[in-house]
Amino acid sequence: MTLKKLLTVAITLLIAQSALAGVKIEHWVSPSGARVYFIESRVLPMLDVQVDFAAGSMFDPTGKSGLAALTRGELDLGAAGRDETAIAEQLADIGANLGGGADTDRASVALRTLSAKDKREPALEILRDVLHKPLFDAAIFEREKARTIAGLKEAMTRPDSIAGKAFWVAMYPSHPYGQQASPESVAALSRDDLAAFHSRYYVAANASITLVGDISRGEAENIAESIALGLPKGEAASLPPAPAPPKGSVTKLPHPASQAHIYIGLPAIERGNPDYFPLLVGNYTLGGGGFVSRLMKEVRDKRGYAYSVYSYFAPLKQTGPFQIGLQTKRSQAKDAIKVARDVLGGYLKEGPSEEELTAAKANLTGSFPLRLDSNKKLLDNTAAIGFYGLPLDYLDQYQAKVQAVTADEIKQAFARRVRPADLITVTVAAD
Amino acid sequence: MRLRQVIPFLLAPWLLTAAQANPYEMTLQNGMRVIVKEDRRAPTAVQMVWYRVGSIDEVDGGSGVAHVLEHMMFKGTPSVGPGEFNKRVAAAGGRDNAFTSRDYTAYFQQVPKEKLEEMMQLEADRMRHLNVDAKEFEQEIKVVMEERRMRTDDNPQSKLFEQMNAVAFQAHPYRRPIIGWMNDLETMTAADAKVWYDTWYVPNNAYAVITGDVDHKAVFALAEKYYGPLEGHALPLRRAQTEPAQEGARQVTVKAPAELPVLIMGYKAPVLRDVEKDSDPYALEMLTAILDGHDAARFNKKLVREDKVALSVGIGYDSTARGPGMIHIHGSPSEGKTVADLQAAIRAEIARVQKDGVSEPELKRAKAQLLAGEVYKLDSMFGQAMEIGQTESAGIPYQKIDRMLEKLQQVTAAQVQAVAKKYFTDDTLTIGVLDPQPLDGKPRRPAVAVRH
Repeated sequence: MTLKKLLTVAITLLIAQSALAGVKIEHWVSPSGARVYFIESRVLPMLDVQVDFAAGSMFDPTGKSGLAALTRGELDLGAAGRDETAIAEQLADIGANLGGGADTDRASVALRTLSAKDKREPALEILRDVLHKPLFDAAIFEREKARTIAGLKEAMTRPDSIAGKAFWVAMYPSHPYGQQASPESVAALSRDDLAAFHSRYYVAANASITLVGDISRGEAENIAESIALGLPKGEAASLPPAPAPPKGSVTKLPHPASQAHIYIGLPAIERGNPDYFPLLVGNYTLGGGGFVSRLMKEVRDKRGYAYSVYSYFAPLKQTGPFQIGLQTKRSQAKDAIKVARDVLGGYLKEGPSEEELTAAKANLTGSFPLRLDSNKKLLDNTAAIGFYGLPLDYLDQYQAKVQAVTADEIKQAFARRVRPADLITVTVAAD
Repeated sequence: MRLRQVIPFLLAPWLLTAAQANPYEMTLQNGMRVIVKEDRRAPTAVQMVWYRVGSIDEVDGGSGVAHVLEHMMFKGTPSVGPGEFNKRVAAAGGRDNAFTSRDYTAYFQQVPKEKLEEMMQLEADRMRHLNVDAKEFEQEIKVVMEERRMRTDDNPQSKLFEQMNAVAFQAHPYRRPIIGWMNDLETMTAADAKVWYDTWYVPNNAYAVITGDVDHKAVFALAEKYYGPLEGHALPLRRAQTEPAQEGARQVTVKAPAELPVLIMGYKAPVLRDVEKDSDPYALEMLTAILDGHDAARFNKKLVREDKVALSVGIGYDSTARGPGMIHIHGSPSEGKTVADLQAAIRAEIARVQKDGVSEPELKRAKAQLLAGEVYKLDSMFGQAMEIGQTESAGIPYQKIDRMLEKLQQVTAAQVQAVAKKYFTDDTLTIGVLDPQPLDGKPRRPAVAVRH
């Protein structure tokens, strides 16, 4: 198809289509045991497939921090009969992209391809090989190890990275979330560690597969099963004991930067916990609502202390953090921290005003369509629902759940989750 | 989301006509243009208002004022109080922000479609009625200084880029950083921002780009209602400012706390002025795709993977701009390698293109990626509005976007080789090197050979 024809068809389809009538996620378990989530979207001639494994850094064995990330990174650097060059060139030849990565919980491999069969089929074949038969070539492993170590050393000179790492170490002193990759831990890894990690965690029972795009249910079933079939059945990852609540602390690290980087927070909540909606709605007023939050008003608008100041809850598989972050001229770090702490203290005491609560709900419910207006956004939301085992009607219920939150529930949820005495403060480059 | 089955367009031949007309455009009496791209995938809309003014229009001593004014645009009008703009957008379930570049300043809101009218009303109000309050300015200028500290002063790579840019351009306003020199921010006053606003923020210097689940006729009527009554005035004469020809390589070194050395090599390059007659910018776009368009493109394959001389290496080139163009190559050497080693390896790769050209499969691959990208870009309404807005900002009508893509598809291997020979020359090269400094007094490996 010529460019012009392709575009005309794509644009014509845009006109012909009309919009969303509630999000319908189809779900099934493939015969080989992987959980599958599918949204059929025929508007654009493209397909997204994301495969998520519980294979994030929380599963790094003790002393082997960095293993999950390196394993994920090397998957597409040679698999089955293709070397790293062949994989990249063949994907490019059909205009497909392979992405993904590893965070604390998840390792993801994400394919975006045109949905035409002559493009889709070879792209899916590469995806399957990358998941099923990565080579973990020894020479490539040494090269990637060296690059990772160099990156870690560079990060150790950046105030924001230093602060971020120290913050997680302080929040999770005895949980894998606090174990940070270091040049030393990565240097100690071997090629066999990668292969072992892959065979333990990249298994069907530990996988969720999300498909969004221009295919039928039947095609989605076949694609998902072909992905799951090549994975060992295996077992779902077992979780470590939940993080112990830490004691409050202050960590102050030196750095020559002109600005201090400040993090305040503590482990607060896991995915799927019913406190999430009160915290989400409540945090909008505190520091989640962009330009209209209390933190923004007090720290930025009134005092000009910072360009960026925010708070958020990041629920994870296990207790994820509540975090306030800001950067300010190093000489005024103390004052800025005091303002942020005062704003938080006041909010814990008062909760939101009626007006603030109404505004929070108006934005969170009103902006809901913006969360779903592209295949990419549908993919991200659905993959998270699948990976974390959230209810399939999570998106349908979202607005009602936001609407139902009361000021009292917010105060109580904050009182349970954000205890001022337990707050951890990390500063880098503060005078 | 289950989307309705596609209506086969044989049954609806009018759709083809509609598709070819989309986007739609009109010009108001006051000179403001309104471009609407209908996209009915989801019940949302994006409004962007672009002003043809950026740091390129600033003068010495006043760097950063375009960006400071962008911040001040959220500080209120007689009818919408300070901070009220953001509040109203948030209440509408929207997201909003703004960005300043060398060539333009743009403001946007993403909203549920039924809120578009309110956004147009708000944006029209602040186009001519901004209150540049001295007290608000006093706080906001501090925020901008914090932004500068965060983005540039404490970021060695940004600092290097800023310095390198100031050396590469000597006369053209592109030599000044968009965020402004710190000293200029320190001496700037509310009156400076006010003059900037009064001079440039008029409908005849602006255009709106609206994408989403909207009817263009309805949007045009709203534009008449809200933007139509605003009065314009003549803009100051914009003198063409031509950078004198560079006649020899330049180099700048920046020392900053870091671990890794960084090398930037900037070559002066043309930008697209005439979509039909120009050909070099298209060939340069394809060249950058062949060098760095995927993980096994030439730079990564040879320098990172095979020779392991670089930890990372990339190339950037923007073929549309109001001012002069530049190709940037940037990278960091591997452990045990120097910036000089990396530079030699990059030069060898360039020489290989100059001598042997590029292969047909490489060119075909780059074109296939481009073609797929045209489909993927339709997944983002925001991205589509950005593409229209940016193209227009460089003085190229958005109607030419498809033609530019066709021209890219027509580039030949011989043209790619020819532009490699023509533009990768030492005489127009500026080299920037980050010499990493220890945080703690311990010595680091030197980035450049030190003469004792």
